Amino acid sequence: MVVAQYLSSAGLAFLLFLGQVAGLAGETIASILKGRIRMRLAVFQIAEIGFKSQLVVIVTGAFTGAVFTAQAYFQFASLNMETAVGPVVALSMFRELGPVLTGIMVAGRVGAAMSAEIGTMKVSQQIDALRALAVNPVDYLVVPRALAMFVSMPFLVVECVGCGILASYYVGVEVLGISGVHFLENTRKFTDSSDIIMALVKGFFFAAVIVFISCREGLNARDGAVGVGRATTATVVNCSLAVLVANFFLTMALNILFPAG
Amino acid sequence: MSSPLIQVRSLAQRIGGQEILRGVDLDIARGETLVLLGKSGGGKSVFLRHLIGLMTPVSGSILFEGRELTGLTEREWEPVRRKIGMLFQDGALFDSMNVFDNVAFPLRERGERDPATIRRKVAESLAMVNMGGHDRKMPVNLSGGMRKRVALARAIISPPAVILYDEPTAGLDPIVSDSINKLIRHLQSALSVTSIVVTHDMVSCYHIADKVALLQDGRIYFEGSPESLRACTDPVVRDFVDGRSGETIY
Repeated sequence: MVVAQYLSSAGLAFLLFLGQVAGLAGETIASILKGRIRMRLAVFQIAEIGFKSQLVVIVTGAFTGAVFTAQAYFQFASLNMETAVGPVVALSMFRELGPVLTGIMVAGRVGAAMSAEIGTMKVSQQIDALRALAVNPVDYLVVPRALAMFVSMPFLVVECVGCGILASYYVGVEVLGISGVHFLENTRKFTDSSDIIMALVKGFFFAAVIVFISCREGLNARDGAVGVGRATTATVVNCSLAVLVANFFLTMALNILFPAG
Repeated sequence: MSSPLIQVRSLAQRIGGQEILRGVDLDIARGETLVLLGKSGGGKSVFLRHLIGLMTPVSGSILFEGRELTGLTEREWEPVRRKIGMLFQDGALFDSMNVFDNVAFPLRERGERDPATIRRKVAESLAMVNMGGHDRKMPVNLSGGMRKRVALARAIISPPAVILYDEPTAGLDPIVSDSINKLIRHLQSALSVTSIVVTHDMVSCYHIADKVALLQDGRIYFEGSPESLRACTDPVVRDFVDGRSGETIY
């Protein structure tokens, strides 16, 4: 009985969470379509979100590509399939690792910052002050961040994937001695524009997931500094889980549209 | 006699199962300064937040210039809020902006783009609250009184019809409190604004009020002029005015 009550209340809380995130997304998209855009704030957010996230995304992509290459080489070498390392790493980076790792790193760096900033404004009545000054908080706080995420994430994903493949080439060819010609030729042969589109589409969806969850947590923050901390933690956890779960469904859907090979 | 600028009828609010407002009825005339007195936690600030749409009542009615405000959506509130300024208890300045940008914020949001006009209006507003020369400071570097003055400058830069003051003198020393009181009087005479001041500072009340209302147990218990408050013999009113708790310390 107690377990059933707990499950039903947890289920209701989850549905409420989904409803609030969807409501915020709808309100934000309506504001964007109606042109309620503060371009100066959006550009500032692109610098904060996109430009300043590059280092973490590049390092993540490069080392993931490098370690994946080394592991793949050690496994494939016993089968004399070393030249398959390039396409395996490239396909994985484009279709899965690049978007997902970028999503998780951005959720940690940007999502947490968004949630903490908006949450602090909420608990210190700055959002009430915005409303009292006839400024809609969604227009002022969420729309610029959403636009910045939609613009930045595809670029960050491309950077992550590109650096992963470059690191893979360096480790595979320069360190492990795979033939450079074969590495490049096989990579070119087994990857095409659909892989790039898949990476970009996933990046765009993850941008939406991260910005709306982060802003929702910030706007719902209460109970002072503890509440802001709670909102920030919830943002990182929920965004990371949502990226992983959404990735599964996106992979299934996008593989129908863009079959591998 | 003209109809009141703001008419509140049977306003009720419940928070966490507790009835905070149990049917508040109050009229506020144009150009008048109403001081709303009441115990801490008695619902004064909650009442004020309803007048600018930061809270939605459980029931009741608020008419502003004859228009019903309860039930408006967030977007529908925006034109009303352009006519009402609010001074929050802690100022609620935007902590990522300096004093100049805080005060200029309403102008920029209402479409003013000319830097010279913005500079002139910000300087005038800051001068009105005696904060000239502090425009490059960040809110974190201001004292409580200075933050309230800057917040007031922000509230009046696009002159509103009504200013709501939430505990304008709370936590301030008597000299700064006196200067804030004088400022409220000055704004009323200079800008002809209607003011609603929530406080439990009796010195402030007698200094600025045209009309006084006492909120007790979620209802308006007393309503009248400052003189009638002084003369009132009702024990509840007298206990509040004279600051008697009725408790005995052993």
